Amino acid sequence: MPDLPDTDSATAGTAGAPARRERLVSGPGLLLVWLYGVITVGAVSRSAYQISTEFDRAPLPYSLSALAALVYVFITYSLVRGGETARKAARVCCAAELTGVLVVGTWTVVRPEAFPDTTVWSQFGMGYLFIPVILPVTGMLWLRAKRGQV
Amino acid sequence: MLDALTVALGAAALALAAWCGFAALRNQPTKDWHFIGMAVVTVLVLAQLVVGLVKLGSGERPEQGTVLFVAYLLGAFAAVPAAGLLSLTERTKWGSVTVAAGAVVLAVLEVRLYDIWGTAGA
Repeated sequence: MPDLPDTDSATAGTAGAPARRERLVSGPGLLLVWLYGVITVGAVSRSAYQISTEFDRAPLPYSLSALAALVYVFITYSLVRGGETARKAARVCCAAELTGVLVVGTWTVVRPEAFPDTTVWSQFGMGYLFIPVILPVTGMLWLRAKRGQV
Repeated sequence: MLDALTVALGAAALALAAWCGFAALRNQPTKDWHFIGMAVVTVLVLAQLVVGLVKLGSGERPEQGTVLFVAYLLGAFAAVPAAGLLSLTERTKWGSVTVAAGAVVLAVLEVRLYDIWGTAGA
């Protein structure tokens, strides 16, 4: 079988940039960015659908869904962009995401009446195979492992 | 027809996930055969998309809403090709893991599609 382009040519497009950014999307990072991409599409389309069709029914969960979607968009973008600044920003957002999942998760368990409809983060992301609570932890571990490799 | 396709796709997606997962376990990147597998699954998803749209066009309505149904159809259509393209940039076992994860996502989407369509077209 013909050998497919390796990782070097994949970054060739950015080679002209003054300082070449460190790639965060390599090895396990690819799986991470894929899962973040999937959850981003899921969260964005879900909140767009909910807010445009039935916002009045459950304003709190839908606002939280939209917030979660924004965080996911930012993390995915940072991972794809790469580089030290993006790495730090993504780490902060992963921490914020984990906090969000834990707070909203606990909130939905303790006060279910505040949530007439579910969010991505309800019951710690149970409706999404707990991916929302697992991702930020693996994300932070990965980003920490990439520290200082610039 | 649509239900049969959905069930077949769920099974095919899981098979693809197992296959690529096996490649990852053996420390291999995705190879030509895996891409043929992905192509087969993608053709099936495309067929599902067309059949779904034709059914909508002929007046049948999914139980849980048309917008949701079409969104899931498009998501299902994109999942495996997107993971496959990503795996081209990562010629290690992690490319295989990513395709396996993409196939699992597709299987989950198929379960949801089955629910969303409901019994309306059974």
